[in-house]
Amino acid sequence: MSALRTALGRVVALCGPHRVAVMIVFFVVFPWLMPYKALAINVLILGLFAVGFNIVFGYTGLLSFGHAAFFGLGAYGCGIAIARYGLPWPLALGAGVLLAGVGAVLIGGLSIRRRGIYFAMVTLALAQLVYYIFYQAEPITGGENGLRGVDVRTIALGPVALDFLAPTVKYYFVLVFVSLALWCLSRVLESPFGAVLEAIRENETRARACGFDVDGTKLAAFVLSGLFCGLAGGLKAMHLSIVPTEVLHYQTSGLVVIMALLGGMGTFFGPFVGAAVFLLIEDQVSLVTAQWQLVAGSLFMVFVLFFPNGIWGSLLQWVGRAP
Amino acid sequence: MSGETILSADGVGKTFGAFRALRDVSVAFPRGRLTSIIGPNGAGKSTFFNVISGALLPSEGRVVFEGRDITGLSQHLLARLGIAKSYQITSLFPQLTALENVRIAAQALVSRFGMWRPRSALPGLVDEATALLDGVGLGRRLGVPAAGLAHGEQRALEIAVALASRPRLLLLDEPTAGMSPEETRSIMELIVRLATERTVVLVEHKMKLVMNISDRVVVLHHGEVLAEGTPDEIRANDEVKRVYLGQGRPAAAGLR
Repeated sequence: MSALRTALGRVVALCGPHRVAVMIVFFVVFPWLMPYKALAINVLILGLFAVGFNIVFGYTGLLSFGHAAFFGLGAYGCGIAIARYGLPWPLALGAGVLLAGVGAVLIGGLSIRRRGIYFAMVTLALAQLVYYIFYQAEPITGGENGLRGVDVRTIALGPVALDFLAPTVKYYFVLVFVSLALWCLSRVLESPFGAVLEAIRENETRARACGFDVDGTKLAAFVLSGLFCGLAGGLKAMHLSIVPTEVLHYQTSGLVVIMALLGGMGTFFGPFVGAAVFLLIEDQVSLVTAQWQLVAGSLFMVFVLFFPNGIWGSLLQWVGRAP
Repeated sequence: MSGETILSADGVGKTFGAFRALRDVSVAFPRGRLTSIIGPNGAGKSTFFNVISGALLPSEGRVVFEGRDITGLSQHLLARLGIAKSYQITSLFPQLTALENVRIAAQALVSRFGMWRPRSALPGLVDEATALLDGVGLGRRLGVPAAGLAHGEQRALEIAVALASRPRLLLLDEPTAGMSPEETRSIMELIVRLATERTVVLVEHKMKLVMNISDRVVVLHHGEVLAEGTPDEIRANDEVKRVYLGQGRPAAAGLR
């Protein structure tokens, strides 16, 4: 057992500096580890959502209960651009990310000065506001029926038109964006700004006394997080070809908290592990019983109570590479 | 002893509800000197420290640093103006190594929002941090997380963190609190060494610690300035003797 532990520790240590490359390689073969491709796509998309959320939650130490807003704004922004304005998908995806970013500036700007539970409540309330606006704006958003007609059939790659409806194509299409996002995030975390985030998470008062603008840094992290979540939302819209109102619902905000905690907050790979485990439970247990949430909820509680570092975080700790 | 003033408190008052913690406190701190603020328990030393370091907004009066009114200015802006501090209760980045604690403090001068280039590409910061840690006697403890250091080492680290922002004014709130006699001696030696190169304001409960090293001493009592002057003048001051007599024998308080 301890030999395995040492060996794993060495593997993790070797992979560390190349974490993005290692993850991309893993994701290239990942669809064959899943029961079917659509599930793998969902893991990528929700994993990316959880990665974005983790920027504020795990790396900065802010618990937001309103991150559905950015996922949803990304989805609706991208979906409306395609379904209502007929924009090509690259522009639509950009529009979704941009809309999520604007939303993050506004929601972050209003909430960032509050702390702890107050911050969580303000983000929740503002995200609900966004939900109701989109729910009511039926002519544009389709209201409670969701936004239909987000049709992307082919992806032009030079002279080749790839069939976007083929699950394999769709998976690798999403993977390209997830890889880019992970590469960017890895750079940000390694940057001086990433060091400031660590400092704020460790001790806000000292960070401020060092001369760091704590509120400004938190807002920047919040907006960055919103952009990542918006990208995940936009990909979700393209994947589903509709935008259901649930993307903005507060349950989606809760879902991302659960996935990040389950996988391991503040770890680079943890959010994907959390997304994969949660979605696998949903997929497999719901074949047996409609009460799959009971299983997911129990597992979640076990981790929160006994393994607060989550699945991936606990594994890293076990092999001596604490997150 | 009249030199240029680096920091001054002008008529500073602070009330917490009905309680007046500070009343019309005016003190000028000369540049390049070590000034100690002493006083018995409840004299208002920490409140005064928090006001001049910008952590508390005074109810009355103002604080002026290098001719500029800094009352109510954000903490991070004060740090960038050149004021650094060490807190009474150790305040560090506990999970980060000693080296990273100091490196990040030094980073605040050069990069605060840089998101693209790796932090390791910022030139000189690690060397600077290493040199500062050497200077406070932690040269062999670079890789130890702050939480894993002994109490005295943590206080020394906190001083290194404060120095990393290259302050012109260093504010220290009871840097020897909770220390063993040996640790206390080494920290006081460090402070004397630091004071040769910059202005230091030291808040200290134990009078005898500061009497031999300070250029000036300010005595607070019941939130007011009781006496101010050179250590010799303070030793000779009858009112100071009376206040400290209430705390024990004058010899114990360092008055002889």
